Amino acid sequence: MAPRKPSVMRPARDVAVVAFGQTDHLRSTDELSEVEMLMPVLHQVLAATGLRTSDIGFTCSGSCDYLAGRAFSFTMALDGVGAWPPISESHVEMDGAWALYEAWTALQTGEADTALVYSYGKSSPGSVRDVLTRQLDPYYLAPLWPDSVALAALQAQALIDAGETDEPALAGVARRSRADATANPHAQLSGSVAQGDYVVRPLRTGDCPPVGDGAAAVILAAGERARDLCERPAWIRGIDHRVEAHGLGVRDLTDSPSTRLAAERAGVFERPVDTAELHAPFTSQEVVLRKALRLGDDVTVNPSGGALAANPMMAAGLIRIGEAAARIHRGASHRAVAHATSGPCLQQNLVALLEGDTR
Amino acid sequence: MSNSVSNSVSDSMGSSVGKEPVAVVGIGQTKHVAARRDVSIAGLVREAAQRALVDAELTWADIDAVVIGKAPDFFEGVMMPELYLADALGAVGKPMLRVHTAGSVGGSTALVAANLVAGRVHGTVLTLAFEKQSESNAMWGLSLPIPFQQPLLAGAGGFFAPHVRAYMRRTGAPDTVGSLVAYKDRRNALKNPYAHLHEEDITLEKVQASPMLWDPIRYSETCPSSDGACAMILTGRAGAARSPRPPAWMHGGAMRSEPTLFAGKDFVSPQAGKDCAADVYRQAGITDPRREIDAAEIYVPFSWYEPMWLENLGFAAEGEGWKLTESGVTELDGDLPVNMSGGVLSTNPIGASGMIRFAEAALQVRGQAGAHQVEGARRALGHAYGGGAQFFAMWLVGAEPPAT
Repeated sequence: MAPRKPSVMRPARDVAVVAFGQTDHLRSTDELSEVEMLMPVLHQVLAATGLRTSDIGFTCSGSCDYLAGRAFSFTMALDGVGAWPPISESHVEMDGAWALYEAWTALQTGEADTALVYSYGKSSPGSVRDVLTRQLDPYYLAPLWPDSVALAALQAQALIDAGETDEPALAGVARRSRADATANPHAQLSGSVAQGDYVVRPLRTGDCPPVGDGAAAVILAAGERARDLCERPAWIRGIDHRVEAHGLGVRDLTDSPSTRLAAERAGVFERPVDTAELHAPFTSQEVVLRKALRLGDDVTVNPSGGALAANPMMAAGLIRIGEAAARIHRGASHRAVAHATSGPCLQQNLVALLEGDTR
Repeated sequence: MSNSVSNSVSDSMGSSVGKEPVAVVGIGQTKHVAARRDVSIAGLVREAAQRALVDAELTWADIDAVVIGKAPDFFEGVMMPELYLADALGAVGKPMLRVHTAGSVGGSTALVAANLVAGRVHGTVLTLAFEKQSESNAMWGLSLPIPFQQPLLAGAGGFFAPHVRAYMRRTGAPDTVGSLVAYKDRRNALKNPYAHLHEEDITLEKVQASPMLWDPIRYSETCPSSDGACAMILTGRAGAARSPRPPAWMHGGAMRSEPTLFAGKDFVSPQAGKDCAADVYRQAGITDPRREIDAAEIYVPFSWYEPMWLENLGFAAEGEGWKLTESGVTELDGDLPVNMSGGVLSTNPIGASGMIRFAEAALQVRGQAGAHQVEGARRALGHAYGGGAQFFAMWLVGAEPPAT
């Protein structure tokens, strides 16, 4: 077999995001179970399209047992979906953006025409910085408990050392994100937020995402079905995701080749985008992603405030796709790129290219 | 994978798109054992993946994407372990998906991978499922603490035993049927070099004399805890044409889920299982599964689930499943062999158990099952279930390419 060259992947079927809903993202939701947190957004996207659970061709969700603190935590959420009569359904132990990818794949086969995608995460019951150390190499890295902020700080310092950014520029990313978030009623952190003290040098509190709980849901539809359900569908022109090596020592932390490759496959570089929703929990990661996606200053980046305004684990990536799609639904964007990430220092990245119908 | 409501729509649209036929061209398993202390988790999965590549005579560079599945992360104590396993599975620079649908996950993972090929998203996909149960204690990993659940259950057996009892009462099946299943599967395992339990001196009397664990389930009627991995390489028509060995062709595949608990739930024969089988048979053009399917690898973690699933899958009328077992129909030389590999009762790396069913079904129609080969098997069913008998994943594979 010849070596593969990155080339644009043309989907067999036109599939669009036709509805998006999210919770208000909160520091703590002690009074709500995950199901109770999720239910309103499920109802919201179903109501927006007039669909019932039994109309949906395929359902896929993303969540994480390690956040819930129990095995099979997603089974309770399924009860909330109301999977009766039985539904065609699957689950990824990943951010909901990858659940959307699995659902998009199911629609590509033609076996379903509509899909419900949802994801949720509650970080409030534990210390998410510590919890995330459990996803590191269990033999050589996890025993050292390097927390997520510390690893992001390594990346930020590498960027500063390479002359790619500096602390004032990072503070600017934080300031812009929280200012934009004032227009986002779901944001957890918005307005004028002090950069604060160092958490782990060179990252200050302002460079870090808020820790919180939240959920999101999306409905996908194929072809004419999408036009039936939505006045201005956000067509997924391309979607791809790539993973990098796990060991930080073998990666160039100032770059994101996996994001670039996924973007190439998704067709992001064929024509300019007007909007980008980037899943960059730390200010420094926006610097990496802007470079990988070749975003110019004319692109509106994270008008929602991004993950610096609300970062519900397992949902924040799906929310980037939803926010980009919602702008297309509203006519505020024509062509947008959405990005989701997973793992330490942007190890795994998904890129989706969304576009409205040409008017 | 569509529900009944949207079937009419998706059928017409599906044919206009035209799915790529999916072929299994490589299969690899580890020797399943209680504890693989000689390898890391990465070493375990890589071993199965390498064997699948060798079987397909392909290299890592031929793989376009990796789809991995496993049961709860607590079983190894690694959160989202696919991130750490990316290197070991040659996934760096490639797409990698991680599926988790409880016990059915091995089957669901294969189906997600199959969709990538069927939807022409990728040409050749490596799919793998594993569990390294020796890293923890699965029974207590499955016993949820307060406040999630009352402290009444100890492991999956505690959950399923009442449903087995309900089946016995409902059908009037003799008490001994469960032991017949266990005796058959453990003997079949002796013919499968990869099976975990190789009980050379097994007798029916020993099964029936083993301690009662969760009444009516005896110790020898339960699955072991295993370390193991299973991998398959899936590809389309072009890839199958280059396959050095006969491929297994996917003729149908489906997933179905229903809630854990609700008024009217039939734990003995869940509707989701019936619907899932019906969808697979529809895709494969099967109208009489008992006659048209030559062999089945069914997820039987406790012996009595063989007759229960025989009914749920339409191989026997309601209340009649135990008669197939009792009369020897499901023996290796019967006319509907079930769990030729020894099944989950002989090998249970939980996350991989569903994929092993799918892979063993494929081995049968490829004629590559060795000493546990069913002669002339042309069509075989792979089945997995999980959660509170609520998640189902199945596929039907054949020796010939699908008709459409």
